[in-house]
Amino acid sequence: MKPGPGTYRTGGKIYASVLGLLSERPPLVSVVPLSGRYIPKPRDVVIGTVTDVQGTFWLLDIGAPRWAPLHMTGTPWQVEVGETERFLRVGDAVVVQVENLDPTGRIGVTMNGEGLGKLEGGTIVRISPARIPRVVGRNGSMIQTIRDHTGADAVVGQNGRVWVGGSPEAIRRVSEVLRIIEANAQHSGLTERVESYLLATTPTGARGPELPPAEHAHRDAPSRLLPPAEPDEETVETEDDTEAPDSAKPGEE
Amino acid sequence: MGNVGAKEVPVLLSPEGLRIDGRKLDELRPIRIQVGTLHNADGSAFVEWGQNKVMAAVYGPREVHPRHLQQNNKAVIQCKYNMAAFAVDERKRPGLDRRSQEISKVIGEAFESVVFAEEYPRTSIDIYIEVLQANAGTRCAGLVAASMALADAGIPMVDLLPAVAVGKVAGQIALDLKKEEDNFGEADLPMALVPQSGRLVLLQMEGHMTEAELAQALDLGVAGCRQIYEKMKQALRERYSTGPVGGSA
Repeated sequence: MKPGPGTYRTGGKIYASVLGLLSERPPLVSVVPLSGRYIPKPRDVVIGTVTDVQGTFWLLDIGAPRWAPLHMTGTPWQVEVGETERFLRVGDAVVVQVENLDPTGRIGVTMNGEGLGKLEGGTIVRISPARIPRVVGRNGSMIQTIRDHTGADAVVGQNGRVWVGGSPEAIRRVSEVLRIIEANAQHSGLTERVESYLLATTPTGARGPELPPAEHAHRDAPSRLLPPAEPDEETVETEDDTEAPDSAKPGEE
Repeated sequence: MGNVGAKEVPVLLSPEGLRIDGRKLDELRPIRIQVGTLHNADGSAFVEWGQNKVMAAVYGPREVHPRHLQQNNKAVIQCKYNMAAFAVDERKRPGLDRRSQEISKVIGEAFESVVFAEEYPRTSIDIYIEVLQANAGTRCAGLVAASMALADAGIPMVDLLPAVAVGKVAGQIALDLKKEEDNFGEADLPMALVPQSGRLVLLQMEGHMTEAELAQALDLGVAGCRQIYEKMKQALRERYSTGPVGGSA
């Protein structure tokens, strides 16, 4: 057996270097980490926030060990050198795709592609990147269940960030669901559990006449992604990247 | 015996060979370790060790601040040990002092020798240790807490780092000194062990010991570290073996 990721060899023996689950796939022994920062992979779709603006590129925090530069040519916009700040400013949230990684750890991302672009309104919920497969579900079944029951719009980034848009009530419920998924990721029957939670908390007339979800969405989040057109000079700052308060109470259970 | 200054020297060792809190010479104080106590950190741990209470948080690997500390071939490890003003009987003047700078340095260097820093070039791994209540042995408690926080943050390393202090009390070598023993004892020898290799990555000494006593103290400390190591591994298992939570409407 050879030492794979998450292990090291010394004195003829192989030891784990991270906290995780043992995986033996001859000829490799590896340890799959249970925690840790997001480690980018090419083609991953991730959600990032702008942390710095330079003349020809923006730096994005995608939760990885390093900030990822998004070059102006990697956007669907016609950006002139020095005009980058007209399109994205510090604090703005975007959906981008990891394009390439170089050995020094530099992460290249692009905004050219379907479903990529700037996010407007809504909230970003952070969960562990290791839990993302459970949020998506088999062929996207879990995330579709969540969308159907709450009327919320959601974009899942492989880096453990989930953007949620819609009415405040829908955002609150999705945040709670994400918290449940994160806490119970290792258990089976998660989709049923989430479904029963959603059915049990379906909004009733108690809070006054309920508007159809579509109208909520209109009021709070005009559009999920900004169309790849010239942005307004007075672009409204998007929701900050801080966690939704509902999801950030570890002691709630 | 009698008075040292105005302070009464307590009886540190009873005729039966028991210490001030009833422990035997080779007995540790009770330890409780909790992993993942802070939400915003990448990794965190809280350690209660006797009457010590220490919280540790780890952030990273992340961008290096200040930028000039960045290393092109590996991650830098930045460690900050701090003691709260209310951690001791008499209010401690808050902030950096020579003692906390020294402890930050030795703990950071201990971790530099176990963390696989080459895996994350041009980044920083930031360790924060906050002592909330102190009763001797806070650098060891801080090191254990930081080690658990690093594991919780998923940072690759050779092994966890158990640590303990051995000292000389009433002429005898004793494991894991508490405050009175540290204050009125003859020597204090904190150490941190890499259980996988048996190497010591932190070793300091205050006071005097003979060569034979030092050898005895090292053996006792290494044995103590191995006991702590088991508790550390147990705490990590507990963190990831909880039953279903949440989901009730």
